Amino acid sequence: MAAQPEADMSAPLPGTDYEHSTSLGLSNNKLGMWTFIGSECLFFGALISTYLIYVGRTNEGPTPAAIYDVPFTSVSTFILLMSSLGMVLALAAIQAGEMRKFRTWILATGLMGATFLAGQFYEFTVFAAEQFNLTTSPFSSSFFVLTGFHGLHVALGILMLLAMWTASMMGRLPQQLHTTVENIGLYWHFVDIVWIIIFTVVYLIPAATTAPAAG
Amino acid sequence: MAVTAQEPVTRRSAFQRPTAETGFWSWITTVDHKRIGIMYWVTAFFFFLVGGIEALLIRVQLSRPDNTLLSADAYNQIFTMHGLTMIFFALMPLGAAFFNYLLPLQIGARDVAFPRLNAFSYWVFLAAGIFIYSGVLLGGLPDGGWFNYAPLNIIGPDPTATEAAGQVAVAAANHTSRMVFYSVGLQIAGIASLASSVNFIVTILNMRAPGMTLMRLPIFTWATFVTSFLMLFAMPVIGVALWQLMFDVRFGTNFFNPAAGGDPILWQHMFWLFGHPEVYILILPAFGIVSEVLPVFARKPLFGYSAMVFSMIAIAFLGWGVWAHHMFAAGLGPVANAAFGLSTMFIAVPTGVKIFNWLGTLWGGRIRLTTPLLFGVGLVAMFTIGGLSGVTHSIVPSDYQQTDTYYVVAHFHYVMFGGSIFGLFAGTYYWFPKVTGRLLDDRLGKLHFWLMLIGFNVTFGPMHLLGMDGMPRRIYTYADGMGWNLWNLVETIGAFIIATSIAVFIANLVITRRRGEPAGDDPWDARTVEWMTTSPPPHYNFAEVPQISARDELWHRKYVGGANKPPVRVPAGASPDHDPAEAAVDDQAAPAHGPGHTGHADIHMPSPSYYPAVAAAGMPIAGWGVYAGGPTQVVLLALGGLLILSGLFGWVLEPSAEEHV
Repeated sequence: MAAQPEADMSAPLPGTDYEHSTSLGLSNNKLGMWTFIGSECLFFGALISTYLIYVGRTNEGPTPAAIYDVPFTSVSTFILLMSSLGMVLALAAIQAGEMRKFRTWILATGLMGATFLAGQFYEFTVFAAEQFNLTTSPFSSSFFVLTGFHGLHVALGILMLLAMWTASMMGRLPQQLHTTVENIGLYWHFVDIVWIIIFTVVYLIPAATTAPAAG
Repeated sequence: MAVTAQEPVTRRSAFQRPTAETGFWSWITTVDHKRIGIMYWVTAFFFFLVGGIEALLIRVQLSRPDNTLLSADAYNQIFTMHGLTMIFFALMPLGAAFFNYLLPLQIGARDVAFPRLNAFSYWVFLAAGIFIYSGVLLGGLPDGGWFNYAPLNIIGPDPTATEAAGQVAVAAANHTSRMVFYSVGLQIAGIASLASSVNFIVTILNMRAPGMTLMRLPIFTWATFVTSFLMLFAMPVIGVALWQLMFDVRFGTNFFNPAAGGDPILWQHMFWLFGHPEVYILILPAFGIVSEVLPVFARKPLFGYSAMVFSMIAIAFLGWGVWAHHMFAAGLGPVANAAFGLSTMFIAVPTGVKIFNWLGTLWGGRIRLTTPLLFGVGLVAMFTIGGLSGVTHSIVPSDYQQTDTYYVVAHFHYVMFGGSIFGLFAGTYYWFPKVTGRLLDDRLGKLHFWLMLIGFNVTFGPMHLLGMDGMPRRIYTYADGMGWNLWNLVETIGAFIIATSIAVFIANLVITRRRGEPAGDDPWDARTVEWMTTSPPPHYNFAEVPQISARDELWHRKYVGGANKPPVRVPAGASPDHDPAEAAVDDQAAPAHGPGHTGHADIHMPSPSYYPAVAAAGMPIAGWGVYAGGPTQVVLLALGGLLILSGLFGWVLEPSAEEHV
């Protein structure tokens, strides 16, 4: 592990706000993150509900079974899920004080997230080329807005991961701030779990019901 | 304050840490929950006046048949903005003002859990108000009603029917921009509510003074807690619907446009799934205020505290299962209508529990007829009327008759005005001495109350009759000979009586500011710990965090005795007999009431910050980007996004509080 330069130790990132002993014994930041995640469940719940209502309204445009490339999306899903493993290893590393290992894993996590996003971008361009875009049908609108908002969440997560990596490189993320990493990890895992639901509901279920015939 | 007066130790961000303690910049950069609460109140009261002026314009237009003061287009914008302003920019933030100011004081904390997030909430709320009203200059204000039903919100009014041929395109563009101001403006306001709900929930769970168990929380804090959960779960639902609307009107998606296969009923479901919890978001703070005010002025503990708590939780829970009673006329079918009719009747039960508990609180009490008590009793009476007319809506065949008539307008004004506004004024008169150190004049306050009570009933009582007579809502004028002339004129007169009462209130504010009676720490002989500290409280609220050992902590510190004998006041300086530990706390707290505040350098308070305001400023700029087209759009979106991101990064990179030297 890299030794923290002593000058930087005087200027750490503020992880937990001015430390109180809290009534529940849980840090404010972590409780706040869980609360926010509770709200996000309703956000994605509303988006997914809209998608389920509109999945059959294709307006003569492509149908779910015709448009999705399930093998391709499976690969990018696998990469996103592995990024959660990277996040766990990064947290374990900083909790153990292994800062080099922490930076490696946090960067790897961010890169896996970016790979997923690149896959999503590629998928969208392919869809657009097949005349399947935001305005094609209620089905397409709900698909793009749902997966687009998920992608936005991934992008924000990547920004946070890169910010942590940069701060750590500058020596401003000392080991005591592992709780910050843990909170961002909570967000990251949540975004991954949402994708598991989206992948199942959006990609797998239509494929399972119609794909064998469509070939 | 010793903390903020010092130069920052190290410079860690692009800007020097703000250090002003007075003046303009100290308000822009403050993270003190009390100052934020005051800013919330002042801003929300301003919007309340704006919404009131809009209401007066509506009433003048409707005072006689075939009136031509307002065009149909202007009327649509004004009644829409009246609803949006009152709900999102007056009542909700007035509730937030009380939450902000009182929550930490009531639970014995020095600030909220996330002070900068709190400042962020305020600035985002202000930005949302500015953004939505900027539509005046940019093609007009939203004009589809506050619920903005599809497909009206997608296709707008029929331009070919009223406009010359060349203006069709202009009218369509105006419609699009108005819907952008609606969807993006409310979206921004929702972000403010979401941020404060997270903040309040964490504060209540985590920042309570030692001994303050959940069932010892002041009842207003419980109201804050329950309301915060409603906001936490309701805001993302309307958020999704608003995004979908924005994509529909601006980027051509097909969520709500039936011509392209979309489902207009989906908008109604999403809107009311948010909208019904929203009405409890508006009323529960007022319920909490009244539950604080009545016991103090009846000199009795709140009757049935735990029943009050659990009925609030029950209201919040059931509030998620009644949304389709707003949609009985949409054709959901008899099974859905019957189910939602039943759940609507159920939700009246916990509400009735609250009404009876308030009556039980007053019953046999030694009542002091002060202004806050009058407003509190006003809420109980007026809300009961509104609640009863609400139950009539749960009977589906009856509701078919009432839908879209003035009967509905009468109902929701009895609960929103007769409930929320009366409660919020009760709270204003009750806590004004704590905030300013001066008592509002009681005689003017009573004049305000009686004028408002009379004006309110004269305005909204006849709407029941007009509604039963079939006068529809949202019409900009009506023909002579419908039998509606008299009551409409009466209502307009009532509206001006309400306006007079508000003028009396403003006069009271001005007079009190000049020469109000000094309040002292505890002018009402109150029961909760916010009255233990000075009026106004010091920056750090409590010099010594109070140790809580009872539900009405302050009362038990002041009085001994109990169920069987009348309470006896503990002489000042003597120690309460039931807990020696408290006496020690009291002794330590004593210096805070003296002049020597400088002795508390060891209290570590969060430092002011520019970043919440910076991040909030980016939001309306990005919103104007959605409104604009072409390269301007890209520039504004980029600029807004950059401001938001740089604000958030600066925020994260600076510590919450600067260290001492």
